[in-house]
Amino acid sequence: MRHNYSRGGANVSKLFAQWWRVLRTLAGDDAYERYCAHLRSHHGRETPLSRRAFYLRAQQEKWNGVKRCC
Amino acid sequence: MKKLIWFSVALLGAFALAGIAYHRGETSINAMWIIVAAACIHALGYRFYSAWILAKVLTADALRATPAFRLNNGRDFVPTHKWIVFGHHFAAIAGPGPLVGPTLAAQFGYLPGLIWILVGSVLGGCVQDMIIMFISTRRNGRSLGKMARDELGPIGGYAALIGTIAIMIILIAVLGLVVVNAMKNSPWATSTVFATIPIAVLIGLYLRNIRPGRVIEGSLIGLALLLFAVVGGSWISESPTLANLFDWDGISLAWFVIGYGFIAAILPVWLLLAPRDYLSTFLKLGTVGLLAIAVVIMSPEIKMPAFTQFVDGSGPVFGGKIFPFVFITIACGAVSGFHALVSSGTTPKLIGKETDVRLIGYGCMMLESFVAIMALIAATLLDPGVYFAINSPGGIVGATAEVAVQTISSWGFPVTAEYMHDLARTMGESTLFARTGGAPSLAVGMASIFSSAFGQGMLAMWYHFAIMFEAVFILTTLDAGTRVGRFMMQDLLGHVWKPLGETSSYPSTILASALIVSGWGYFLYIGVIDPNGGVNILWPLFGISNQMLAAIALSVATGVLVKQGKLKYAWVTSVPLAWLAIVTTTASWEKLFSPDVRIGFISGANDLAARLAAGTLSEAQAAVAPELIFNQRLDAVITVFFASVLWIVIFDMLRVCSRVLRELPVLPSSEAPYVPNTPGVTV
Repeated sequence: MRHNYSRGGANVSKLFAQWWRVLRTLAGDDAYERYCAHLRSHHGRETPLSRRAFYLRAQQEKWNGVKRCC
Repeated sequence: MKKLIWFSVALLGAFALAGIAYHRGETSINAMWIIVAAACIHALGYRFYSAWILAKVLTADALRATPAFRLNNGRDFVPTHKWIVFGHHFAAIAGPGPLVGPTLAAQFGYLPGLIWILVGSVLGGCVQDMIIMFISTRRNGRSLGKMARDELGPIGGYAALIGTIAIMIILIAVLGLVVVNAMKNSPWATSTVFATIPIAVLIGLYLRNIRPGRVIEGSLIGLALLLFAVVGGSWISESPTLANLFDWDGISLAWFVIGYGFIAAILPVWLLLAPRDYLSTFLKLGTVGLLAIAVVIMSPEIKMPAFTQFVDGSGPVFGGKIFPFVFITIACGAVSGFHALVSSGTTPKLIGKETDVRLIGYGCMMLESFVAIMALIAATLLDPGVYFAINSPGGIVGATAEVAVQTISSWGFPVTAEYMHDLARTMGESTLFARTGGAPSLAVGMASIFSSAFGQGMLAMWYHFAIMFEAVFILTTLDAGTRVGRFMMQDLLGHVWKPLGETSSYPSTILASALIVSGWGYFLYIGVIDPNGGVNILWPLFGISNQMLAAIALSVATGVLVKQGKLKYAWVTSVPLAWLAIVTTTASWEKLFSPDVRIGFISGANDLAARLAAGTLSEAQAAVAPELIFNQRLDAVITVFFASVLWIVIFDMLRVCSRVLRELPVLPSSEAPYVPNTPGVTV
């Protein structure tokens, strides 16, 4: 997965698309797509979880350690 | 050319600092001086000190494959762009701590807090976060506790584990107290904070059932609902019948928070914790950004003097001299041991390049320190009289408005009962007296900045928006902390009897959650019934425990550096460690043995016991006295425990270092072997 954060191309819609992508990655909106891409490239034949099952598993894994500070 | 720029930054910083120093005699100073000085010092620290640490002390290697690449599983180990990791890491470390600590420490004046936040973060906190993150990255993202065990030995490991549970309990109790004090007898604040719970649940259901995993959408809907809850709160406070329904006293609210914490710890994460965390993250980033913009636009005057007379230890907000208590009160924002728990474990598994720890570790802490500066500004732009009226407990300044303003005015901070009454009315509250804990005074400060920057006449809305913002933050920490505490407790119980360690077993979950919740619930309850305001006891205890955790982290870091043969650079971590050891030990000593009943736990307990025996307490005071006496004695035991853990770990580290220097065998380095990056693969 390669991000291109360079500011080349003054095209506004392109810039917006780039920001949207960064925001989605920051928020974790694209986690499922990245998971599917990872499965495809690393474990060819495995069937991916559904979007909902993936979301639930990710939450479960996320919140079993110290994830938030004071 | 670059040298010239950095020279100007240094010059500007020096000029701003000189400006602050020169201004000291006058009545007020503009907040811009503080912002410029802070920005320049941070910029210099980042440009020079962090770069030097990265290159010389850590010898980070951008060509060495990080665990994110070597162990990439598309789940927790994922190579991620450094700015994305920066965002995640900042969201994880930034909690309510840097908002509350500087507000409380403002009783000493603005300068002590400011200097400690800047020096502490540049030389201590940022360094700790960055180095722990680096050594965890070299060890496949191991946790601080595991690294302490691997590098120092089992003693260090157990100390880290028990220290973490202890800090969690104290932290949640004091944060719970902050929310309770903000909601006490305020129908608007209470109804708004209550409404955040169903809103979070609604978003949880949305993210699970309606649009799985669409976090941005869900969060935006949630934010809109939260803003509506703030507006709705005002309608509720205006209707006599509804207002009555949400007019709760401190003890009922404490029981509510305790019950809430217990339920939140056993509910599935997707239902309450995860959506609340998304909302709080969006709200946090948005509000802190807005505050920064507003402060720059408004550049308010700081009304608090540089130093107040309370540096002598007689302060009403909490007892204790400037040394060591300013360093204990401001932990988050300067050095926070808790960060070491996030900097090890989670974040290192995302780092794509070893050299990224500079931006992510050092940089995020710098930003957090900047948040603390904002909180300091928001607290010190209030008239000092108003600040003290809000933050002083009734037991210190007098229970009625007339007595309180008289006491505060006699200190040289004029304030009148009418002014406080009008201020409370403008903020949509019945009273602002004795709203201890820092959240309400921060909210008043934020409301005055926001309303003057973005339109007058909305003070009450902004005030309750700020309260809601702080409460959402705090309840997230409370949920997450109780849950982690529950897992740790189950881990410990599992050593006693195996079935108790099953995290999926219902009886074990309920037992462990009940133990953790009753742990912090006890301290919260005592804090609420304490007429001197529990903050005076709980916040220093929290500061001591947080600095103890930082000392554990810095001990691990020092041990690792010495074991790697980098003795000549060990001062980078051992100097902050030595400072924290001095500060924490002095503070613990004073909390134990000070003859001042507001500082020393033992003298406090004895004094109360003597007055109880002599029958000089009022009936209400006598009723709670036995509990307060027991609590002060318990607090003394806890203080001894924290100080002991601190020194055990330090001695363990010194033992390991001295064995290294005498060339005796020590535990081998737990660093993962060198693997070069695959050429052409980057994030």
